Amino acid sequence: MRFFFQMLTLLVITACSPLAPVVYSPSVEGAPQSGQQTPSSSNSEGTSEYFRNIVGAPIYFDVDKHDLTSQARAQLDLQADWLRQHQDFAAVIEGHADEQGTREYNFALSARRANEAKEYLVSQGVRSARLQIIPYGKERPAEVCSQEVCYARNRRAVTQVRYATGL
Amino acid sequence: MIYCFDDVYCDRETDVRAVFLYGRVLMIVRLIALLIAAFLVSPALAQGPLRLTITEGVVEPLPFAVPDFSVEAGDVDELAIQIARVVAADLTGTGLLREVPREAHISKLGRFGDPISYADWRAINVQALVAGAIGLDGNRLTVKFRVFDPYAQAEIGAGLQLVGTPNGWRRMAHKVADTIYTRITGEDPYFDSRVVFVAESGPKEARRKRLAIMDYDGANLQYLTDSSSIVFAPRFDPKGQQILYTSYASGLPRIHVLDVLRTDSREFDIKAGIMSFAPRFSPDGKTMVYSVTTGADTDIYSMTLETGQERRLTNSPAIETAPSFSPDGSKIVFESDRSGSQQLYIMRSRGGAAERISFGEGNYATPVWSPRGDFIAFTKQHNGRFHIGVMRTDGSAERLLTSSYLDEGPTWSPNGRVIMFTRETQGRAGEASLYSVDVSGRNLRRVRTPNGGSDPSWGPLQ
Repeated sequence: MRFFFQMLTLLVITACSPLAPVVYSPSVEGAPQSGQQTPSSSNSEGTSEYFRNIVGAPIYFDVDKHDLTSQARAQLDLQADWLRQHQDFAAVIEGHADEQGTREYNFALSARRANEAKEYLVSQGVRSARLQIIPYGKERPAEVCSQEVCYARNRRAVTQVRYATGL
Repeated sequence: MIYCFDDVYCDRETDVRAVFLYGRVLMIVRLIALLIAAFLVSPALAQGPLRLTITEGVVEPLPFAVPDFSVEAGDVDELAIQIARVVAADLTGTGLLREVPREAHISKLGRFGDPISYADWRAINVQALVAGAIGLDGNRLTVKFRVFDPYAQAEIGAGLQLVGTPNGWRRMAHKVADTIYTRITGEDPYFDSRVVFVAESGPKEARRKRLAIMDYDGANLQYLTDSSSIVFAPRFDPKGQQILYTSYASGLPRIHVLDVLRTDSREFDIKAGIMSFAPRFSPDGKTMVYSVTTGADTDIYSMTLETGQERRLTNSPAIETAPSFSPDGSKIVFESDRSGSQQLYIMRSRGGAAERISFGEGNYATPVWSPRGDFIAFTKQHNGRFHIGVMRTDGSAERLLTSSYLDEGPTWSPNGRVIMFTRETQGRAGEASLYSVDVSGRNLRRVRTPNGGSDPSWGPLQ
């Protein structure tokens, strides 16, 4: 088992060499199992865990804005690459807003953000049918506090993938 | 006049006592209506038989007394005390009246109908005295009351008798208080009403939300949904029987409808896969307006509930949401960011051109038309603060009633005099709770709920 984890760590580091090295902790022990469930992938890169930990980092937005920053585009480029290489995954893009806004407006604003990410992925060659947006408004903040540094981390869109055949 | 709370126990033969002192009631009504209206006109001094005074626009609350109701039949001593307490709490809660505590009372009331020692009540400056009695016969609870003016040494209005079952005692107490409130202020009643809201618990990043319904004062709380999915922004229908709200129960946020008596909910029949939210009933209950979002664009639609026929009311590429009908159903006020920031607009209820009505600094959101038709309540966001405010329907006479880190989502009492809203406190321990405030901006109060609460919708008078 220990050997297995060392192998896994090695694989991950090898696979994402341009990025900061990420070492799986035992809390994502499920990763190899998911890998086994996805016949198309021969290594751990083709798992939803890999996506979440390596390319699925949230993208962030300015106050009351939904246009993509250059950082957001760079992150979405990684996601588009991955999605193009793993055609048997579908993605859900969650949109979120900080709490400085009314509930229903923030709901619609978070839909705009998720949609902006979706359209960018489509422009990078990911088929629209594989992408679903879900707006969460200010219902699910990533962090709770009441300063701008924290609000900024809540104005986000998060892409999550799941294995789905027949797409 | 008799209110019947349960057809089985409705007794139309019961005697209605006391003389209706119409002229005097009218005089008091006029006086106090003037006082309440004074904040809109100018600070005025009013002097009259009830000795109400306004100083710098602040109303000195009218002192009243509610001794424990007497018991005429049955083992209901405790209930007689509780009913008097609910009546007193309703009246005190308006901020317009102040209870003279029972410890200060000089004399006790005798049996219902005995002469009143007016001088004893004048001595402690009681200007409205409520005398009541209850009786229980089998499962039939009778509550009757009279109101006196110790200074005029006369009864205010006619005595009233209400008949119901013991488990309806709170509603009967609210009806008593409503009648007294109406006689003294000239305003329509609102105590016998309910509020649907989102009960919140748990930390902000994983908050559990469930629909709950309660009496306007927080009593008789019942949960209508479990906390397995996020729910938000419920709205009553005009009869207080159905609730529209948005739920993630199906995975996607979609409009649901729920019957208050049968708490099973169903997803609204809008095309599958469409994300819909912000539903509200029309005043006749036959139409629903709501928003649909494609992500890029959010527009307002209406649906005739009987036929399911939909109609798109807005079509700019902006966020258009939070629609609210005028009381006559002919117009809809809503928010749109088509100008670049959230502002309020009014259009006809069939859609078409919209006229912007908000022009102040900051963002305006969540407009709600008063049931009286005179004001639109809204949320304003400006300089990092949130306010609940009101403006005339043409956008004039804007007044902010509250200010805090996060106030939002006003809803009107059935008589259009009080506004309930959500206030959220900041920081990690931040919590949402329900507050109410008078349309004048006075009498800010927290509405008691067991845990957190948000998104109140005030139902009709029952």
